[in-house]
Order: sequence, then structure tokens, then C-alpha cells
Amino acid sequence: MKIFRTHALVCSGAQCLSAGGNNFKDALSAEINSAGLQDEVQIVETGCMGSCEMGPMMVVYPEGTVYIKLVPSDAAEIVKEHFLKGRPVKRLMWNASGKEFPTLSEIPFFAKQTKLVLRNCGIINPENIEEYIANDGYLALGKVLTSMKPQEVVDEIKKSGLRGRGGAGFLTGLKWGYVASQQSGDKYVICNADEGDPGAYMDRSVLESDPHTLLEGMIIAGYAVGAIKGYIYVRAEYPLAVKRVALALKHARAFGLLGSNILNSGFSFDIAIRMGAGAFVCGEETALINSIEGKRGEPRKKPPYPSTAGLFDKPTLINNVETFANVPVIIHKGAQFFKKIGTATSPGTKVFSLAGKVNTTGLIEVPLGITLREIVFDIGGGIPEGHSFKGALIGGPSGGVVPAEHLDIAIDYESLDSIGTIMGSGGLIIMDETSCMVDIAKFFLKFTVEESCGKCTPCREGTPQMLKILQRITSGEGMPGDIENLERTGRIISRTSLCGLGQSASNPVLSTIRFFKNEYESHINEKKCPSSVCDMKPKAMENKNGKKIRVRKIA
Amino acid sequence: MDVNMQTVEVKINGQSYNMNEDMTILEACESVGIKIPTLCYLKGICEEGSCGICVVEVKKFKALRRACITKIMADMEIFTNTPSVREARRTNLELLLANHPKDCLVCSKSASCDLRKLTEDFGLKESRFEKTRAKDFEIDISSPSIVRDPNKCILCRRCVEVCSKVQKVNAICIANRGSNSTVSTSFEKGLGNVECTNCGQCVLVCPTGALTEKEYIEDVWKELAEPEKFVIVQTAPAVRASIGEEFGLPAGTLVTGRMVAALRRVGFKKVFDTQFSADLTIMEEGSELLHRLNSKGVFPMITSCSPGWIKFIEHFYPDLIGHLSSCKSPQQMFGAVAKTYYAEKLGIDPRKMVVVSIMPCTAKKFEARRPEFDSAFNYWQEKGTIKDITAFSDIDYVLTTREAAKMIKEGGIDFIHLKDEDFDAPLGMSSGAGVIFANTGGVMEAAIRTAYELVTGKSLEKLECKSIRGLDGIKTADIDIAGTTIKVAVAHGLSNARILLDEIKEGKSPYHFIEIMACPGGCIGGGGQPYNASEYSGTELRKKRASAIYKEDEGKKVRKSHENEEIKALYKEFLGKPLGEKSHKLLHTKYTKRGI
Repeated sequence: MKIFRTHALVCSGAQCLSAGGNNFKDALSAEINSAGLQDEVQIVETGCMGSCEMGPMMVVYPEGTVYIKLVPSDAAEIVKEHFLKGRPVKRLMWNASGKEFPTLSEIPFFAKQTKLVLRNCGIINPENIEEYIANDGYLALGKVLTSMKPQEVVDEIKKSGLRGRGGAGFLTGLKWGYVASQQSGDKYVICNADEGDPGAYMDRSVLESDPHTLLEGMIIAGYAVGAIKGYIYVRAEYPLAVKRVALALKHARAFGLLGSNILNSGFSFDIAIRMGAGAFVCGEETALINSIEGKRGEPRKKPPYPSTAGLFDKPTLINNVETFANVPVIIHKGAQFFKKIGTATSPGTKVFSLAGKVNTTGLIEVPLGITLREIVFDIGGGIPEGHSFKGALIGGPSGGVVPAEHLDIAIDYESLDSIGTIMGSGGLIIMDETSCMVDIAKFFLKFTVEESCGKCTPCREGTPQMLKILQRITSGEGMPGDIENLERTGRIISRTSLCGLGQSASNPVLSTIRFFKNEYESHINEKKCPSSVCDMKPKAMENKNGKKIRVRKIA
Repeated sequence: MDVNMQTVEVKINGQSYNMNEDMTILEACESVGIKIPTLCYLKGICEEGSCGICVVEVKKFKALRRACITKIMADMEIFTNTPSVREARRTNLELLLANHPKDCLVCSKSASCDLRKLTEDFGLKESRFEKTRAKDFEIDISSPSIVRDPNKCILCRRCVEVCSKVQKVNAICIANRGSNSTVSTSFEKGLGNVECTNCGQCVLVCPTGALTEKEYIEDVWKELAEPEKFVIVQTAPAVRASIGEEFGLPAGTLVTGRMVAALRRVGFKKVFDTQFSADLTIMEEGSELLHRLNSKGVFPMITSCSPGWIKFIEHFYPDLIGHLSSCKSPQQMFGAVAKTYYAEKLGIDPRKMVVVSIMPCTAKKFEARRPEFDSAFNYWQEKGTIKDITAFSDIDYVLTTREAAKMIKEGGIDFIHLKDEDFDAPLGMSSGAGVIFANTGGVMEAAIRTAYELVTGKSLEKLECKSIRGLDGIKTADIDIAGTTIKVAVAHGLSNARILLDEIKEGKSPYHFIEIMACPGGCIGGGGQPYNASEYSGTELRKKRASAIYKEDEGKKVRKSHENEEIKALYKEFLGKPLGEKSHKLLHTKYTKRGI
């Protein structure tokens, strides 16, 4: 094997690519060649490094120097100064508050993270199975197939206390146990990769940056529950993810890690990709199953649950990407190792896509139980431009808001539930005082109205009613009683909708009313948007040309 | 109750009961006198829980549970009338009303609308919600049988499920999503341009005015008012067993005489009976069967009375249309005979004659519009009497049982207290065999009564053929006729028809003769019959109507088609013999391969 003195890890995650990462990489490659360094410096195209706002990014080892916001013209300087003379280029380094951070481990954004799920992201080349294997990849699968009975695998997952990372936090081991106990020849494993929360891309990052960890998790699950086949249901809007997963499947088959008689163990299991056409509701497990079956993507009544009658009416295990990605770590390092991270009832880590009004946005993985304050101020570097923290929206269109008074709340399933929000799949949007809470609620509700499948009355008919009220409130036409109407309708929608989408659709509204009622009141009573976001001119008073219609007053 | 079934203890509103564990909350509550309101639910057919009306509170569950699809469990504590249950039901109903038109006074489903009844039961005074639908949907009038107004649709999906599960036609499905969802046909082509068989079972189960028959009431009133028009009416056998329901009489009340009297008072010049032409159908179809037996024709032969069934086979099994009897349906035979034989007899210009049918059926409206059904026109043209180039149809208007009742009501006729009157002669005379055409198995039984006697020359002792009566989906019998065993099968409901047709397709059908009717129960369960959606899933209503039909058969002096004196006269004076040249032109037809 060839030995290089320097490895230049260039991020090839979707964000860095769309920011021009490929052009930089080509320029770098050309400069390395013209400097005659091709046998000394190796370029490694890795998956996502997380701090996507700083892309295109590159980390140079052995030093661990982090370069950010790279353009092709930077390549010559880096090669000349850093690779030839050993002097890292300061002006391209990660800096915050005027201070440069020479290495990755010193940067606060990375220092407080714990990477289990994203352990290989930004480190290995996702299109090279050997790099995954070199980093302990498929060791867990080997362990399972050579030394564990299926029931022992289920027990290990149970012991780990892992909870489903798709949103609801159901105990993964329990779910595996249900499916394993079903007496059926045909069982299926499905990976829900239909990530649809606006602005969230946790799953996409794993698919793009470390597809084998998902495959390994699914194969282990297949062995544990006695399944014959797995499906990865991924949105068609993730072409790079689809490409890399397809390549990973091909490589895994070629290496005898997938298909018939895996690792000569007698266990056979294969995985196929199914692409979704972009309906948010297809992230709901039974709607997803319908979609794989070629039916209209809308939820089924439950029971029966997928664990007894799922895909093609057979027992089906369905977990999301992040859940499966935890599995190889738990099996390889043991449930005890996993339980040491996080809290007693919410062990392990959670990946979030940190967005909104925060200095450093990007993909982060943190131990559960971390406080929101640590995420916002230590990892995210605080609120930009001297503004102050107002609230955090967690859980996307199904979630709720965490206000400033709960900044020290521990990010775990129970604590979030206690203030009316949910962990969700990992959307985390930070807001400062320039964000209008009514406007935010309206944004998410509009999303749900558009994504409702239309099957049950409360979600189909109720959410547009709530949206209509919010539209009135934010255009200066709010009326007394609107808040109560929103609360009542929202409550009924959550209590009588058929699926999770409907049951959580009103969360953003109910949660913002709970913590920011004064903002609603100010919109309704004073016709004023405290954050000056909403256009409060009553529409009814204007005609098409924007001219005021005169209203005759009765003397 | 199944003896193996476990019972569990549940509490309903604080009271403890031991219940069969297989019950839903809805059934459990109903068994102790608590009727939980439902809207989308149709037992065994529509069980998706979409409407959210039947919600109840179950202890330990945060969300409310749908009573219609939730099974009871041991120690379940159910509450059916708490403030939160009432609030949720009312809110969901109000949400449905928000986008529903408020033109109930002029809606044709007004009196039978489940949504309106529910609003009344809940004592709702208003919906707190505004209309959110920005643009109204287009009304689908592409079908000659069924009108679909998506604006009135509450997306309960009963129609979709009936079309899919009971009929296996799948002409309609949900299109679009969220608040743009609508029940539609493939590519929104409209019911008239897809594989819809016009059976109208969707119309029967629709809880609102979203699905109705295409009405021809006004057209018929207009014809009745024309002095130079000779407007006659024929009534299908099934109508007499059900039209009483429209006037508050119990289901299964036979009202033949009152129906005749009422129609006469509405203004029809003559009130005739489709049973007359049902007898005629038996003469032709029985002869056709014997002809096929003697000439080694295509077997099994399948009946052709039910227009929903005919359109079904034309779409889904076009290669099997050679199995169909070439006989027209009794409705069409009537029209052809009325505008030729009868018009000639009376010396009436057939162009002045208007033939109205009262049918339990929505598909008959489509059938009457088939371009090939202008045999009377062709007859007169050939004779040289009529030199027009504009053809006229054998049947002018088809009204459903429901439309007929509406006319009687509008005409101010006191239906309940009318004295019985008889049908007019000659096209009003019928045998008991003609009556039972209304029930599944009836056409077959009628055919056997005649075929047996024509072949053996002996009198058939036992007329009732029990093995092909009743509501089993597929019924079979072996009939011995002069030493030859004729194997017969009867199917009703198009999903059952599929089973027999697939057997034929695979070359495994053992039968000589098959009767198929599109609707469950046969014509008595037709899509034009009085609304009673709450009885749809059960068999009681169909059984009651069917027994009224058998009652009329038993009371008839003549119970075999070939013994009907007027039929004999028709052959003697006009047609000649069954399958003769005139019969061929007037009473037989061809089918169209439609495909899908």
C-alpha cells in the first residue's frame, strides 16, 4: 500500500458540492500534480463534515487543519504554503470572533459533539467500501453472524435502550422483539429514509457520507428479526444519496456482505432501493408501506401495526436511517458503552440540523441530555449580530417551540415532552427577536396543509381552518376568540387524526400560543407584529391596485 | 356467537359488561343500547375510520379512539359521552360542513342525507368554520346514469370501497391530496368515459348528495303534458317490492296494485309490466339455450338482462362476450314490442308514442341510450311506413324507483290509501316467472320452468328451485332435463361474477348456463332503489324485498312464461316463433368489445 505524508480530506457532501467543492478539488488536484506532490499528498473525497455553512471545506491531516469557504484560486496557495513549506494558510482557516482555530479538535463547533452515527462522516470516502471496513466497518455484522443468536441481538438492542430516531422515540429493541416473535416465513426490514422536514438533512448526510453503516445496521436487523429482504425508501430528491447507496449495495454484494449466504453463515438477506415521489406523508410508516406496494401513499388504520402486518401484509420492521446507523456501534462496542452516553432513559446521541439565527449552522451530533444552551451558544457559537435568543423550534412541522426561559432544558425525550414539544427527527431552528412566532407557526402549518394526505377529516379540513385564522391574524384581521378557536381546533386535530402527521400538525401553533401568547394578542388586539415581520395592513381594506377603499362612516 | 370466542370484561360509561372479544367498540356499545354516531363506516366494506365522527374516549389513551375500527380489549374503559368526546364529534362534523354546500332544501338527497341527519341529531345550529375551498369543483355529468358533484362529497370513501370491494370495478378512486382531495376517475375523464358499469351501488351508499342518478323527471312531466303524445309506462318487477318504502311502508311491502293506480293518476295513458317482456325474454332465451345445446354452441351461456353486468363484461372480459345470450333485456324487448306490435295494433304513430321505464336500476338509463336500441325505427323504415331519417329510441326515458316516487309525491297522489288496480292489457299480463326476474337466481328459475317443459313436454311439479335462491354470492344446481344434466350457476355482485368468468377464461367452467346480475341481491338491490345506506352491509333489506317478490309469484295463476296467454298471442299474431326472423330483428342484439 502506498503511504502518503499528507491527506487532504475534501468534503463531497451535497452542500459543499453545490457551493463549488468539485471545482476546488479539481484545482487542488491540478496544483498538487504540477507541484509534483501526487505521491506525497492524497486527496480523499469524504462525506459531510457537518459545518455546511463553511463549505466548501477541507481538513488536512496529520495536522488537522480546517480550511473553509474554499474557492479554486485558493488551491495554489495551499499547495505552495502548506503542502510544500509546511505553513498552514491562516486566512483560510476556521475563525470565529477574530480568532483562528488551527485544528478541528479545538473548534467549539466540533469539540462538544459526540459522533456515533456520524462517526465516519467527513473521514472516509463513502464510495469506497474498503475505507468503511478499515474503520471497523462490518465488524459488528461479523460478530453477529459468527457468535450471536438472533434473540441475543434483539436483547442487546433492548439492553442498549436505543429509541427510534424518527421522532416518536419508541424503544427500538421492543419493536425488533415484536417482529422477531412473529411466526412468518416472509418478513421485511424497511429503512425509512423519506426525510421531509423543511431544512433537515440528517438522514441524507448519513446516506451520502456513510452508506455502509446503514446497510450494516439493516443486515443485522434482518438477521435479528428473521427477515428475508430489506427496502430503503428514499426520496427521489436525494439523487446523490441514491447513487451512493446503490454503489454501496453493489460493493457489499461483491464482498459477500449482502445477498445469499452472507459471510458463509447461511444467512441470506438482500436490500433494494425504492424512491418516493416527494410526499411528506410517505414518511409515516404505513403510508410508506403503501407507497412501496405501489398504492396511494396514505396511512393505514392501526392496528394492525407493521410489526404484525406491514409490507405485503407480512411482519415488517421499520426504522429510520439514524436508528439503523446506531446499530453497528451498539453491537460492536456493546450496549454498556452506548448507555454511558446520554441519559438513563434517552441513551446515545442525536443528530440535529442546526439552522436559523445562530452563528454556526450545520449538522451536529450531540449526546442526549445536553442542554439547549450548550447547543446554541457553545456549538452554534451564539446568536449573530448582537441579537438575543428568543426560542428554538425543534421537531420541524410536528414539533414545538422551546422559549428562552427553557434554555437550560435537557434535550431528551421526556423533558421535551413535558413542555409540549417533541424530539422529532432532528430539525432545530434557532430564532432571535426578529422572528415572529405567529409567522413561524403559520409557515409550518402551511407546510402541513399542503402535505396532508386528505384521508381523515380533522387533518384535511381542520388544518386549513387553522391556517385561515393565522393568515387573518398576520394580516391585521385577527378577531377576539381566534386564539381560543385555534386552541380548540388544534386540540381536536391532535386527538382525532388518524396518523402522526395529523396528530402533531397543530403542535407549532399550540406551542407558540403556550409560550408567546402575548405576540398573538398583540397581532389581534393592537394589529401590531412585535417583530415587524407580518404585513399588518388589513387586506379587505385594499383593492387590487393597493389603493385604500373608502369606507363611509355612519354619522 | 362463536363458541370458541372468549369474552372479556369492559366498562362502558362506568357499567361493566362481558363482551365477545371480537367486537368493535361500536358493536359493543350498540349491544347495550348505545348508538355511537357514524358517517363513513359501512360494516365489512368501508372500515378506514376517515370521518372521525365515531370517536370515544378510552382510559389510558391520549388520543380518542374510533369506535368503528377499534376492537375491545380486556379491562377497557370506554366513555361515549364525555365533554371531550362531544366536542370532538361536533368539531369534526362542523369541519365537514364548512365546505359543504348549504342548499339542502333543493338537494335531491335532502330527505335521505346522512350528513343532514347527523347535523340534526347533534343539534348543530351552525358551523363555526368558514369555507376554505377556494374554487368549486366541476360537476361530472358525463354519465347518462350517474351525476357526481364533488362539492357535496365529504370524502367518506364509501363509494370507492363499494366500487372496489363489492363490485371490483375500481372505476373511482381518490385523486390529489389534502384539501384538494376528490373522488375521481382515471385521469379525471368522468364516469361516462371510463369503466364505470353504471350499477349505482355508489349512489346507494353515498351519505350526501354527491352521487345521485341523472334525473329525467322533468322530461317525463313535459311529455305527459303534450296532448298529442301517447305516453306509456312499464314497471320492472323489483319496483313493486320497494317503492312502498318511499311512502313510509315497511320494507318488503308488496304494492303492485297501488303502484299501478298511482302511475295511472300521474297521467300515463297505459301502465304496463316489464314482467310481460320478462316472459318474452324467457321464450327467446330458453329457445336460445336449447338451440345452443342442439347445435353445440358456445357454453356456458350467460344471461344478458342486467345492463351493469353487460357493460362490465364488455370492459373487463371482452373476449367472453360470445358467451352472452343475444337476448335483449326485458326493458328493451318491451320498448321494441310496444313501438311495433302494440303501436300497430292501436294504429298509433310510433313517433308519437313515448315509452317510459321505471327501473330499480341506474344502468338502465345507459342501456336505453345505446345506439343499437332503435329496432322499432328500423322496423318501420323497412316497412316503408316511416321515411324519416331521424331515428327514435325504443325506450325514451328511464326513471329509477326513487324518481317514480318523487313524481307520485309531486303529483299529490295519496299512495298509501289508493285501491289496487290492474295493469293494462295486453302488455301488462305476466306470469310468476316474470316476477322473480327481480331476485338473484330468478331468471335462471324462470328459464328452468320453461325449458324443462319445452323439452320434456311434461309439467314441472316443483317450481321453486331452492338451491339457486338466497343471498349466497355464487349458487349452483344440477338440473335433470330428460336425462341430460344441465349444470347452472348464479352470481350476483360483480366481484362474484369475476370468479365465474375467470373459470371460463381458464377453461375450467363446468356450467351450461349462468345467470349474472350486477347488483347484490339482483334487481331488488339495484342502484335505483330507495336509499337505505344503514342497511347496505346487512342482508335483511334485500331478504325482505326478495320475499315480497316470491310472494307475488306464489299468488299468480300462471307461473310459467310459456303459459302467458298474451305472450302466446304475441307470437301468434306478430312474431311467429321464438328465434324467428322478427324476433331476431326486434328482440336480439350484439355487444361491443370496450376493453379497459
